[in-house]
Amino acid sequence: MKFGIVTFPGSNCDYDAYRAIVEALGEDAVYLWHKDHDLQSADVVILPGGFSYGDYLRAGAIARFSPIMREVVAHAERGAPVLGICNGFQIACEAGLLPGALLRNASLKFVCAPVSLRVENTNTLFTSGYDDGQIVTLPIAHGDGRFSADDETLDRLEGDGLVAFRYAPDTLQAAESYNPNGSMRDIAGIVSARGNVLGMMPHPERAVDPLLGPADGLPLFESILHRVAA
Amino acid sequence: MTMTRYRVAVHVVPRKGLLDPQGKAVADALHTLGFSGVMSVHVGRHLVLEIDAESESQAREQTKRMCAQLLANPVIEDFEIASVSPA
Repeated sequence: MKFGIVTFPGSNCDYDAYRAIVEALGEDAVYLWHKDHDLQSADVVILPGGFSYGDYLRAGAIARFSPIMREVVAHAERGAPVLGICNGFQIACEAGLLPGALLRNASLKFVCAPVSLRVENTNTLFTSGYDDGQIVTLPIAHGDGRFSADDETLDRLEGDGLVAFRYAPDTLQAAESYNPNGSMRDIAGIVSARGNVLGMMPHPERAVDPLLGPADGLPLFESILHRVAA
Repeated sequence: MTMTRYRVAVHVVPRKGLLDPQGKAVADALHTLGFSGVMSVHVGRHLVLEIDAESESQAREQTKRMCAQLLANPVIEDFEIASVSPA
């Protein structure tokens, strides 16, 4: 399977994503330059983390108009998988691939830390490799991660099982401080109505090597591999 | 049709009712300075555009479309065209 990783000016997790796919997952990956018009027949597109266009105006607001995004949106409209991580989640929301928006953290602080997440729905393209309700640890590193949407949208996301990951307490984190950014309803990651686009603030691509800590991100990539290859 | 250059000012502010931690931090700082009458602060963006257009209404119309497409995110922000004047 071939993964296409988009590099915007200011992306800084494109290499992490590349390494996760090629070295940890053992699949093919190509970098897609933001000015290109061709996904190079990638089966899965990854919008990586970083600070595309310096987060000018709003995080992700300018990247969504990069030439490659036209192809990425068409790819998603065909029902093909798109994974937006951190800044990639912000870009996916700005591009209308996912509902809602990511606002400044409630604490106003940039937070770089491992967090606990609960896998809310294992019946998605991206999460079938986890157990229902499993608590996993993934790193976050963002200043604008507060997921916000109107109540109607939030109810729909929850009702339709589109919440993939939620910030959740575990034994390491006090019950009152597990939500690192003030996201509404503790939402850390959502999938699109068709289920082929996942946006999440935590970084699964930074958690694929047991040498560096929990490899809880690897099942996410394995899930894509199993579902798309099947 | 001759084009006139217009200077357009736009305010973009967080949607009412959304948590605005930046505004709250500024309000807290103002209270610390003794401005106890400050009830709320909202921090947004002020954009100034110079636009060549056929008329003031055309400049205004274009700006509205720019706000809807890029300058503001309707999910979280409201915008207001504060002024349009010949540049």
